[in-house]
Amino acid sequence: MNLAAQDIRHNGGRFALTAAGIGLLLMLVLGMGGIYSGLVHEATLLVDRLEADLWVVQHATRGPFAEISRVPANLVSRLEAVPGVARARRFVFHTIQRERHGQPWRFSVQGLDWPGDPGTSLPLIAGRPLAHAHYEMIADRSLGLPLGEKVRLGKETYTVVGLTRGMASSSGDPMAFFTLRDAQAVQFDLPGEAIRLERAARQARAAAGDLGRQQPGLLDRADLPSAALPALGPPTVSALLISLGPGADAATVIRTLAGWPDISVYTAQEQRDFLLRGNVDRARRQLGLFRVILVFVSAIIMALIIYTLTLDKAHDIAMLKLIGARNRVIVGLILQQALLLGAVGYAIAWALGEWLFPAFPRLVLITATDRAMLAGIVILISVAASGLGIWKALRIQPNTILS
Amino acid sequence: MNPAATPPSLHPPAGAELAAEVAGLTKIYGSGNTEVVAVRDASFGVARGEVVALLGPSGSGKSTLLAAVGLINPPTAGRVAVAGQAVMDGPHALVELRAFCRHHLGFVFQKANLIPFLTARQNVQVALEINDVAPRTARDRAGELLAYLGLGDRLHNLPFMLSGGQQQRVAIARALANRPDLILADEPTAALDGRLGRQVMELFRRVAHEQRAGVVVVTHDHRALDLCDRILEMEDGILRAHQPAPRAA
Repeated sequence: MNLAAQDIRHNGGRFALTAAGIGLLLMLVLGMGGIYSGLVHEATLLVDRLEADLWVVQHATRGPFAEISRVPANLVSRLEAVPGVARARRFVFHTIQRERHGQPWRFSVQGLDWPGDPGTSLPLIAGRPLAHAHYEMIADRSLGLPLGEKVRLGKETYTVVGLTRGMASSSGDPMAFFTLRDAQAVQFDLPGEAIRLERAARQARAAAGDLGRQQPGLLDRADLPSAALPALGPPTVSALLISLGPGADAATVIRTLAGWPDISVYTAQEQRDFLLRGNVDRARRQLGLFRVILVFVSAIIMALIIYTLTLDKAHDIAMLKLIGARNRVIVGLILQQALLLGAVGYAIAWALGEWLFPAFPRLVLITATDRAMLAGIVILISVAASGLGIWKALRIQPNTILS
Repeated sequence: MNPAATPPSLHPPAGAELAAEVAGLTKIYGSGNTEVVAVRDASFGVARGEVVALLGPSGSGKSTLLAAVGLINPPTAGRVAVAGQAVMDGPHALVELRAFCRHHLGFVFQKANLIPFLTARQNVQVALEINDVAPRTARDRAGELLAYLGLGDRLHNLPFMLSGGQQQRVAIARALANRPDLILADEPTAALDGRLGRQVMELFRRVAHEQRAGVVVVTHDHRALDLCDRILEMEDGILRAHQPAPRAA
């Protein structure tokens, strides 16, 4: 006869409530792990999806995920001339925040090097990749945009032609994909007044300088659009992505590029590490600490519950001892109850998590490892929590039955 | 055998097979100024098949004596033997007490002390399983025992579903489950009305005779003393054989 099961059956309501409370706590422990896994997943998602072998960024910077990086877009031609480089792509990445339906609307913009990269590698769940050089976008479904929706950004209107799932930046913002030029247009969009003021300022600078006085024609050209001025550099991009040719040695290409004074080059793994050690590391430690605290809180609460349950049974335990029950019977009663409480709490945590976590604003990624780890934690805290109850039970004297 | 027919004595007739024997048992609580001698140099024996009543006013030391004999509260001095085996020498146990209790002793108290989350049958079954009886056998034997005590139709009832008398019968069944050599009952009829109290005493007499167990019953209830084979009396910690009051002429 299993005394623990009999006791639980007799006090089913109380046990269920207690298990529900433990389950909620364990769900938080599971959730903390899931939030961390989600952070890592989102942080590295883009780097992994882009499938670049090498990242070329502004000299002495760690790349667009760590800090501002600007490299000239035309660097792509120089890179493609390096032996071992099969392909170089321009990469534009920035985050914008607008207002939509009266609510803040924040997302990350990534430029695709169209037509070479129309977004076919993206996890499309509806629609199609980009088919035109301008005015099309692919949006993650978490942005809440339906296919065909028209979105006004800056001075242009973009049509949603494709939807992805689970594409978020390292900061958790949903992603939207444009052609490179459109992404830059969104990034560098200036209001008409600002453009007029800049042209006027350009004219004033030209007029005030010797060059303007000696070449009056410059004054006429100063109010042309920036792209039409050869004196101004081409628009910059955040980074350039290199795909190596078959059999090419990454180290050799890196050695070659390391000699270029205007850029720095990193492997994809190094970019991942920058992301994880930079953006994610503090959050990871913070979540880890919360998780440890929650585990302790859970263990303490479980210990108190088991202790209280043991106190409630003190008379019965004394009686069991009086009729000769061995200590292992008493220990088994308490330990089995603690483990059962932990197991039911774990099942509740699992079920609640499956139901609630998808509704969380950021990705909560519960992996099999997280679940296995929580199962281990539950067993540990159940055993630890039962320790207090067992200690108390073993101290109960059979003669207390006489009082 | 009944008290009227047996001359007052602390010991059973010579030659009787002893279920328990106590010699020079003393129990002292506290020390110095707070010292209280609860039982003083008590010696008595209980034969197999014999029901011995232990009378005395409250605080006279009856329950203390019973607890010492039942290995619940070790004596300060004296020796206790059960089923021919020495088990206590002063406060020192000569055997592994819990294992000894499992095999040789049965307890019944004023309150039935049933485990509330077990049914009547499970309350008896648990005592058997604790004594390493296989679960199925224990289940069957518990059912038989309860049927023997008239509770065959109450096997699946939880304690709160049973009357006081029924609960006490379950407690007796639990005490009998492992066929103990000695049954110790501390005011088992105190919470029962006269009819039920007598039924319980009759039950003790029956099992004592049928199972060859010695039974010691602490009681205030004089109405069922005729069912006991011998009566002992305690007063101020001193044990003596009960002298029946002389009948009025």
